[in-house]
Amino acid sequence: MIGPPVIEALQMALVLLAAPGLVGIVRAVKARLQRREGPPLVQPYRQILRLLAKEVVLAENASWLFRTAPYLILALTWAASSVVPTFSTGLAFAPLGDLIVITALLGAARFLLALAGLDIGTSFGGIGASREAMFASLAEPAMLMIVVTLAIAAGSTQLSTIAAFMLSPAAGLRFSFALALVALVIVALAENGRIPIDNPATHLELTMVHEAMVLEYSGRHLAMIELAAALKLLLTISIIACIFFPFGLGLPGFAGFLVGLLSYAMKLGIAAILLGVFEVSIAKMRVFRVPELLGAGLMLGLLGTLLLYVSRGL
Amino acid sequence: MIPLAAVLAVPLAAALLLALIADYRLSARINIAASLLAFAGSLSFLFHRPAPGALFLIDDLNVVFIVLNTFVGFTTSLFSAGYIGHELESGKLTAGYLRFYHAMFQVMLFGMNLALVAANIGLMWVAVELATLSTVMMVGIYRTHAAIEAAWKYFILGSVGIALALFGTILVYLAAHPVIGSGAAGMLWTVLLAHAKDFDPALLDTAFVFLLLGYGTKVGLVPMHAWLPDAHAEGPTPISAVLSGLLLNVALYALLRFKILLAACPGAIAPGPLMIALGLVSTLLAALMLYRRRDIKRLFAYSSIEQMGIIVFAFGMAGPLGNLAGLLQMTMHSLTKSAIFFSVGHVAQVKGTQRIAEMGGLTESHPLLGWTLVAGVVAIAGLPPFGIFTSEFLIVSSSFSHAPLLAALLVLGLLVAFGALLLRLGGLAFGPVRGAVGPVRASSAPIFAHLALVLLAGLWLPPPLVAWFRHAASLLG
Amino acid sequence: MGLGFDIAHMLAGLMVLASFLLLYQDRLPALINVLRLHGFILALAVAWQAYIQSAPHLYIAAVIALAVKALVIPGALDRIVDRLGIHREVETVGGIGPTMLAGMALVALSLRVMLPITAHADPVSRQDIALALSVVLIGLLIMVTRRNAVGQVAGFLSLENGIDLAAAGARGMPLVVELSVAFSVLIAFIVIGIFLFRIRERFDTVDLAALESFRGERQ
Repeated sequence: MIGPPVIEALQMALVLLAAPGLVGIVRAVKARLQRREGPPLVQPYRQILRLLAKEVVLAENASWLFRTAPYLILALTWAASSVVPTFSTGLAFAPLGDLIVITALLGAARFLLALAGLDIGTSFGGIGASREAMFASLAEPAMLMIVVTLAIAAGSTQLSTIAAFMLSPAAGLRFSFALALVALVIVALAENGRIPIDNPATHLELTMVHEAMVLEYSGRHLAMIELAAALKLLLTISIIACIFFPFGLGLPGFAGFLVGLLSYAMKLGIAAILLGVFEVSIAKMRVFRVPELLGAGLMLGLLGTLLLYVSRGL
Repeated sequence: MIPLAAVLAVPLAAALLLALIADYRLSARINIAASLLAFAGSLSFLFHRPAPGALFLIDDLNVVFIVLNTFVGFTTSLFSAGYIGHELESGKLTAGYLRFYHAMFQVMLFGMNLALVAANIGLMWVAVELATLSTVMMVGIYRTHAAIEAAWKYFILGSVGIALALFGTILVYLAAHPVIGSGAAGMLWTVLLAHAKDFDPALLDTAFVFLLLGYGTKVGLVPMHAWLPDAHAEGPTPISAVLSGLLLNVALYALLRFKILLAACPGAIAPGPLMIALGLVSTLLAALMLYRRRDIKRLFAYSSIEQMGIIVFAFGMAGPLGNLAGLLQMTMHSLTKSAIFFSVGHVAQVKGTQRIAEMGGLTESHPLLGWTLVAGVVAIAGLPPFGIFTSEFLIVSSSFSHAPLLAALLVLGLLVAFGALLLRLGGLAFGPVRGAVGPVRASSAPIFAHLALVLLAGLWLPPPLVAWFRHAASLLG
Repeated sequence: MGLGFDIAHMLAGLMVLASFLLLYQDRLPALINVLRLHGFILALAVAWQAYIQSAPHLYIAAVIALAVKALVIPGALDRIVDRLGIHREVETVGGIGPTMLAGMALVALSLRVMLPITAHADPVSRQDIALALSVVLIGLLIMVTRRNAVGQVAGFLSLENGIDLAAAGARGMPLVVELSVAFSVLIAFIVIGIFLFRIRERFDTVDLAALESFRGERQ
């Protein structure tokens, strides 16, 4: 039998290893759809390894904050992803797997990144940080509304409890969940700086957000940040999968464990393909339109919460 | 069944017939004949009434409304025959529009009669909607900027009003559903009233709020009154008379029916305070607004809002005396206000304008019109010896006993309106002659008939009439 | 509490969502498309009510809703927009943010009002009526925030769809078909009214602000 500590260790290793691969799949899908050859799937791994080996170039006025932020960001993101039930609900840290905790951890990582962007004092870093703050001010309330919706329905903000509730027949076909799912996807796109909110593939646009903040990073610092970004993408996909598509989770025995692992891999693959297709088929928004999209996310979350009062169990 | 057919089928058949006839003189006569038939039919309800059925219900309460409705409909058709001839000559309307006008006139009467005799709350709603639609068509008939604006405003506000009323109607059905069960019985007045004591009071309360807002829009209560002055001022004058004299009453009748229902349910809120509040606000606000009117039809439209405020106040006060006074006031107002609009219509035709500043010295230039207008305004202002004095006196004295403060506020509103009306009347009727002084072919019979009735009611109310009204008032709870 | 409830709830919820889309939309052609969607969802919702209540007459109401609300009226409005050449954006009163929040507040209000008082009603009716009131109130909000005749008509139509939903949801309610026919006539008149009154030709705009300038006492 596999105990919770082993599963936890396995999960922590797995997410770290799988994250760059996920980014690789998304890129490959996009390249294929754009009729490009595209880089091989292992390119993100190679890039991180190459960056780790490179020398760090620091700006003259960089403070300790600038140097420590990448490690902290990675640590926070990793910590957050260690508590999400991905392929099994039997995690050692499962009691910590609370949506509010995860939101807070990601918020802290975001805050550090924005601070690091400001630290050097370049105009790009400032623009990036201020935009990030603007988006966060809408994305986080939206996230909280989604959390509230789920918490009211499932009676808990605990991810494993929510997943168990979603698997039970009591969940039913609630319209609120559909609204929450759409809202969560919008928030997830914003959190990860994907199209249409931000473009992860370019340093050239004046509208960039995430890339503007990390422009001054190099070497192992940049490797940490890139890994953290990949991990965050994996993490948000895992959360969506865990809440709305918890199939294959929590089955007993070793066979159940294998089914969980397999279905998780499948969910990640499908999510990566969908994300790639979505990003290719849509254009990036003007920065000033983004608050409208995030506002829509907030509205959907709010509406989902309200409608919950007239759904099942009325 | 024959009287019922006279009240309902005759207007409908007449509407179809009138839509086919091009000669406006002939159609005006048919219009009068059909209205007279309907009036005769309604009179027969006083002596014999059909048993309540699944569609129609005639009881002591709505007989008052039906008789009043068909009577004013008849006199208005008389007035309109003379009035529209002039409109045709002055080129404001063409023969085609007159055909439309006459057909719509009967559709409107049909809608209002149907609303009054309907036994089913859904049918009543449809009828009120029909009456609204036909009056909208009439208000916009001149197709000037102002007429189109007035019609559009009336259309939109009226539609929202009746939409809310329908929502209230659905809620009433929902409240009745657990008690009465599914099916048509759940919308019949008689069945609803019999079971009202078991309805869910909270649901009924909410329903009444929607009904009050919805039908209250059609009554012209402040703050839903915005459509009323425009619709009165920009449509043909016979329509102004019908709007003030009849359509407001029909909406009021619907409201009263639901009020009875609410009163029969012990746990429900008392509708009185809501009605008193809306009535007082309407009276006071409309009375103040009277001072700044420059358009003569608008002036009397605001006076209608004020009067409806008083009437709703009276029904809100309830009690045998309050209801009696409310019914009396409503009857008197219908008669007086339509008489005033008849006079005003002729005055406006002679002067070629509705601006008060361009009229003056009417008693000198057109003694007949001038003095009937004086009599009408004196009556509507609540001076003796006219009937409105009696009913307003009843309202004030009955409410002073248990709500002196509210009564004082009402008196304030009455005085303010009184001042405004007399101020305007002074310039209109007396003083130097202003504006055109051409001859007038007034059809004065309807004006005299109405004013004579109002005067008679002020001097002596026949005991059978009082007994009848008392009985109707007792039904209102 | 089964699939019947869930689907009824989903359709009613979709109507509320479509109402918010209407509230958000500030371009006339897109507004009319959302209106079409609104009518379509209404037809589905009414048909579903007919199915779960086993009330065949509601199917007629659903067909009427589909024909009038989803096809004829939006088509006529399209023609008006086309004919009058008003493809521009509609001027709205108040910013989009406060308007949406007001809409949310209205939804909360209608749930707050309707849920406690319908405690004894059938759950399907209950949620239908509560959401229908939301649609009605948002319809009113749309009418208040639009300064344009077509926009106001769109608001009124969505309001009316809400009432249709309530009528269909009230279990066993008689006369639903008759009432929806009467309502369709009303709407038809409103749409014809835009044509008939030729608001565009007379005022050179369908903006009601232009109409307002004629309001009141002419000097």
